[in-house]
Amino acid sequence: MSVLIVLDQSDNQIKKSAFEILSYGSQIAAQMGISAEALVMGTVHDDLAALGKYGVTKVHQVNNETLNHVDGQLYAKTIEAVVSLTSATVIVFSQTHTGKSVASRVAARLKAGFVAGAAGLPNTDNGFIIRKTVFSGKAFANISIHTTIKVIALNPNSVTTLLTNGTATVNQLNLTVDSSKIKITAVNKITGEIPLTEADIVVSGGRGLKGPENWGVLLDLAKVLGAATACSRPVGDAHWRPHHEHVGQTGVQVAPNLYIALGISGAIQHLAGVNRSKIMVVINKDPEAPFFKAADYGIVGDLFEIVPQMTAEIKKLKGEKSI
Amino acid sequence: MKILVCVSKTPDTTSKIAFKNANTQFDDAGVQWIINPYDEWFALVRAIEIKEKDPGTIIHLVTVGAADCDPIIRKALALGGDEAFRINADSNDSYYIAAQIAELAKQNQYDLIFTGKEAIDYNSAAIGGMIAELVDLPYISLATQFELNANTATITRELEGGEEIAEVVLPLVVSCQKGIAEQRIPNMRGIMAARTKPLNILEPIAIDTLTSIVNFELPAPKAGCKMVAADNVPELIRLLHEEAKAF
Ligand SMILES: Cc1cc2nc3c(=O)[nH]c(=O)nc-3n(C[C@H](O)[C@H](O)[C@H](O)COP(=O)(O)OP(=O)(O)OC[C@H]3O[C@@H](n4cnc5c(N)ncnc54)[C@H](O)[C@@H]3O)c2cc1C
Ligand SMILES: Nc1ncnc2c1ncn2[C@@H]1O[C@H](COP(=O)(O)O)[C@@H](O)[C@H]1O
Repeated sequence: MSVLIVLDQSDNQIKKSAFEILSYGSQIAAQMGISAEALVMGTVHDDLAALGKYGVTKVHQVNNETLNHVDGQLYAKTIEAVVSLTSATVIVFSQTHTGKSVASRVAARLKAGFVAGAAGLPNTDNGFIIRKTVFSGKAFANISIHTTIKVIALNPNSVTTLLTNGTATVNQLNLTVDSSKIKITAVNKITGEIPLTEADIVVSGGRGLKGPENWGVLLDLAKVLGAATACSRPVGDAHWRPHHEHVGQTGVQVAPNLYIALGISGAIQHLAGVNRSKIMVVINKDPEAPFFKAADYGIVGDLFEIVPQMTAEIKKLKGEKSI
Repeated sequence: MKILVCVSKTPDTTSKIAFKNANTQFDDAGVQWIINPYDEWFALVRAIEIKEKDPGTIIHLVTVGAADCDPIIRKALALGGDEAFRINADSNDSYYIAAQIAELAKQNQYDLIFTGKEAIDYNSAAIGGMIAELVDLPYISLATQFELNANTATITRELEGGEEIAEVVLPLVVSCQKGIAEQRIPNMRGIMAARTKPLNILEPIAIDTLTSIVNFELPAPKAGCKMVAADNVPELIRLLHEEAKAF
């Protein structure tokens, strides 16, 4: 029996979200006294043996170019084959875009109970119960999975990644893969920006910035912090910022270590996309803004005065450290 | 063209989230029920736009739920769509729900099956992929654009840090989100027409429930927001750096 951890890759590289689930899956395996093994599909240039440091003993690779692009139909068949090869009883994904299009298919194919958006380790004392976020982060549900095989998709940034000093053996698998019914005609990466869903720090702006021409103060702060930028829905709707930056109930959901909200009132639909952030900071001139109820740190004041001071202060701090 | 749009009933986005019966059940006292926004604004409206361009299109709506779903499915019919199906079962298990919809899909041979990106109550983003697997069709999740050219769909889907454009020959399953269509409101004519559109109640097929909810929890309340004076920005940065260790 084993825990099989299915890794996301793109551009021939294993994605950051994969390291978290490697550690997570290994912790589940340790808890259940079974082995932790990983699966990589497609061509990757990473050192797979080194993934042992996250706790897995084996890394299987199906190095087939057809799998470089995510096609859930082909992925599900491939994963099924590897599940039977490894006698996996727990299959772990990350609840990323890839996870969302693949994990559910795998669960249906294997008729395995599925928990998407898991928030932590399962309780395996008596059955298999796992916590997930529900109502857009406003609550949790404990879900019991009844089937022998369990499929879990973990919310990114939910558990601490633990390191060991192990290495993994790499097992190349030669599986036949059908041709894809999905023809990819273009991939447009947003270059030079930190992907919002992978960022440790997010700096976000709302209608309080008054107009697109004022975004400089926000961009400067994001730059010194190495942060991704986001915005509230009206800002995206008014095209002050690109669509893909809109966070919230109907936009992107983020869970960074630090979320800084500038001139955002903190409507419930906005909070629904950001409330899994570890630390939230609010700068708003209205002391009654609802965001202060959800935040960890706040300043009541004019963002146009405060934000440049924050940037300068952080620069100073970072400068001192590098001496 | 035959399109199936999956719709689910969810609490309004401003609802207070509370639980009852020793936290085993959602407390719906005072809750306003709506069509899941992704289903209404994006999946359904995109289907209606396809029908507006090609009037021969037939749109079916399906929801798996109890009789209290009827008002939302009527509202969906008022927006557009020709016929609705309610599969009379109350379940939170994604596999159970998907298998019911897959059964309807097998009988009716749709060219397109649209779902929302996720239901805003249980946030699984699972049903679309499961239906696709159960009827063995390609699945494109998180679509932000969808164009049809005869039998080929050109779809833009969101990736982490970018987007991908794909061409797929129908039939297929698509999960829809922002960008794919613009939200609209039902008009009087639609509301009147909806009264005469068929709402068929189907009994569910026998399917195992693979998961169940043990109970719910609310997040621990925040310690409260630590306020820093506007003339003391260095203190905020110090707290973030030293206390919160946020960077
Ligand atoms: C079904 C539904 C779904 C929705 N989904 C989303 C979603 O996904 N994401 C989202 O963001 N919203 C969403 N909304 C909209 C949401 O309800 C709010 O309208 C929106 O979040 C408000 O955006 P805002 O905070 O930028 O603007 P406002 O509410 O106008 O707030 C601007 C804030 O800036 C402050 N301010 C102004 N000037 C300054 C200054 N100089 N310095 C400091 N502070 C200043 C003001 O005090 C105010 O608090 C949704 C709404 C509905 C009904
Ligand atoms: N009970 C249901 N009946 C019909 N469609 C549903 C139901 N639940 C979810 N869906 C559809 O599946 C999508 C994804 O839901 P979920 O996987 O529950 O997050 C929703 O946006 C709906 O389109």
